[in-house]
Amino acid sequence: MAVKAKHEKGKVKLPIYLDYQSTTPVDPRVMAAMLPFFTEKFGNAHSRTHAFGWEAEAAVEKAREQIARTIGADAKEIVFTSGATEANNLAIKGVARFYKSKKRHLVTCRTEHKCVLESVRDLEKEGFDATFLDVGADGLVDLNALRAAITEQTALVSIMTVNNEIGVVQPVEAIGAICREKGVPFHTDAAQAVGKIPFDVAAANVGLASLSGHKIYGPKGIGALYVRRRPRLRLEPLFSGGGQEGGLRSGTLPTALCVGLGEALAIAGSEREAEAAKLLDLRTRLLDGLRAELTGVTVNGALDARIPGNLNLSFAGINSETLMMELRDLALSTGSACSSESLEPSYVLEALGVDAAMARASIRIGIGRFTTADEIDHAVSAFAEKVAKLRRAGAPASVAAG
Amino acid sequence: MAKRAIYLDYNASAPMKPAVCEAVAEALGWTGNPSSVHGFGRAIRSALENARGQVAEFLSMQAEQIIFTSGATEANHLALRGAGFARHLVSAIEHDSIRKAVLGAETVPVDGNGVVDLAALEALLQKDATPALVSILSANNETGVLQPIKDAARIVHAHGSRLLCDAVQSAGKLAFDLSDPDYLTLSAHKLAGPTGAGALILGPRAPFTAPMSGGGQERGRQPGTENVPGIVGFGVAVCEAAKDLSRFQKLQRLREKLEMGVRTITPLAKIFGMDAPRVPNTSSIYMPGVPSETQVMAFDLAGIAVSAGAACSSGKMDPSHVLLAMGASSQAASSTIRVSLGWETKAEDIADFLKEWEAIYRRLGKQGATAA
Repeated sequence: MAVKAKHEKGKVKLPIYLDYQSTTPVDPRVMAAMLPFFTEKFGNAHSRTHAFGWEAEAAVEKAREQIARTIGADAKEIVFTSGATEANNLAIKGVARFYKSKKRHLVTCRTEHKCVLESVRDLEKEGFDATFLDVGADGLVDLNALRAAITEQTALVSIMTVNNEIGVVQPVEAIGAICREKGVPFHTDAAQAVGKIPFDVAAANVGLASLSGHKIYGPKGIGALYVRRRPRLRLEPLFSGGGQEGGLRSGTLPTALCVGLGEALAIAGSEREAEAAKLLDLRTRLLDGLRAELTGVTVNGALDARIPGNLNLSFAGINSETLMMELRDLALSTGSACSSESLEPSYVLEALGVDAAMARASIRIGIGRFTTADEIDHAVSAFAEKVAKLRRAGAPASVAAG
Repeated sequence: MAKRAIYLDYNASAPMKPAVCEAVAEALGWTGNPSSVHGFGRAIRSALENARGQVAEFLSMQAEQIIFTSGATEANHLALRGAGFARHLVSAIEHDSIRKAVLGAETVPVDGNGVVDLAALEALLQKDATPALVSILSANNETGVLQPIKDAARIVHAHGSRLLCDAVQSAGKLAFDLSDPDYLTLSAHKLAGPTGAGALILGPRAPFTAPMSGGGQERGRQPGTENVPGIVGFGVAVCEAAKDLSRFQKLQRLREKLEMGVRTITPLAKIFGMDAPRVPNTSSIYMPGVPSETQVMAFDLAGIAVSAGAACSSGKMDPSHVLLAMGASSQAASSTIRVSLGWETKAEDIADFLKEWEAIYRRLGKQGATAA
């Protein structure tokens, strides 16, 4: 059956999970908070007529409060969704469709998650215009280009806080300030940001922010959208029904999953600083280790403006698919999980201007809460051995210089 | 809850069976994204596909037909939007996730027993040649009345239209042929699985374009990382439901006791949909002269959980659209509660319920009220 998450310290257990941007194990504390709501506390949170329902509702509202507190919002501003994909769809399509009689233009960025890009493209088919901002080699948007792209017609700016492939952190506070100055709502996909960098909706001037449970040690199947109330942002729901979540998102709330998201965010809020420091140490150890053993290792995107748990590296002269086949004991990825079966070169790296050969030589390494120094050391030796082996086997003479 | 709590609101949400709890709890401990190609991802993917196989087998369908969603509301939305029909026919007794999701739909009426009027359906389809998506649920959530889905499908298909069947309230409750609808929707938590999982099942002739944008999950039909533990629990829940099907039929005897009991207390009591075939666990009971809200509050004080209608709208005071569509007066519809039994319901629960029903009626009921 499925590979178990392992939380023991000390000896390295194989395989080693190094794909924390794809998904994270559920934190045992989160699981402990959730389990009662699968068993004895099973009521429907929308049943207003009995204690089973009230107990579930109280748990959902506590979770909403935990989420709000962690991102500096009010509980009334949190809408539960099935995940970040739905939250992004709801934010982008919801705002665009609500204001469509007045505004017909959207601004986003070429390195956004697929669900953001596809949402914008779908709106183009509905008659909206869109600007897809370029990024520099560091992966960051140019604020002047953003300022120039916003017009009287712009309904929404959607730029992610942290990129899922290269981990770079966009200057959301500056982006938010520009949007506020121009009077345009700002949506940010913060699925990869919360718990990793300081994230506060007021500081970033965001009107909408998407969150995900399973990216932050919470469960899959749950996410949230922050929707600012003052000044109020209006959305058209993606679908209608029982009218739950203030009519923005119908459907029975999964109580246990909501509780898990709340707990995950509460932990993320209280442990972020200590965890970030630990992950930065591990990442430095990893990168220093690799560079000590290997030449031709390039970091894709800015290293300094990046969450501590991410490295996206290109190994000159190597095909990353081949390398991952060799590194069977390490769970790695070439890009986002959604497209990892497609094997196309990453559009994110292409936007950074990484050439096709180096894009095909790229690997995303995600480290997280349960990664140990021993695991990092093991990974360094494995990379060193296998990269050297592959380079010996088929390498043209020029690769070492890459 | 100091007193022994009695849960008679299974149609709102059915508590998970122990095997489901175990499976969900175990799956929560697994690491990995089912779309990842490494071992962690592949192991999670195989658990996901195993659950898909379980749901397919439960319905006697193919795994490729099944699209997992966050629940039935989302599944209904996916069908309504994904099918892409400009014309909608909606039965008068649909769940709000369908009724309120399409604007300008034509209504297919029901008879006094709450059964969809097939002649009226046919007339609507004949009147206008535009192909339509017709929505008829398999069993109503408030009355439990079963719908003639096979006959409806025949009529719908004869007119080049397609049928969406919300099978949330019949699945796992009785053997019911669901092979004809083009779109079928299910919810895990209504059949003793976890909340947060559901499915849309596409028939062989069902047009479909994904309304949500994103990664290529669920064969590009429903993007977003799948809720694997929820789906694993869903798979176990359908297996358990299939295994317990004959045991579930025994609830009919408890329901008979219940319905006989209230009508013995007063002949003015009425059971909606009693003369139509129903799922074995649901009873819609009119108590003369006592508003539904008052009843459910009084029951709650006595430790008995029932509802005034669908849970999603049970906080609101509007009389049930389902009962009104069956010809009930607004007064009768506002004095009716839904009692729904489930796998943990015992004979004592019914006896306690009847005691309380009688007490409320003696205290607050209008003894001389007219029948509904």
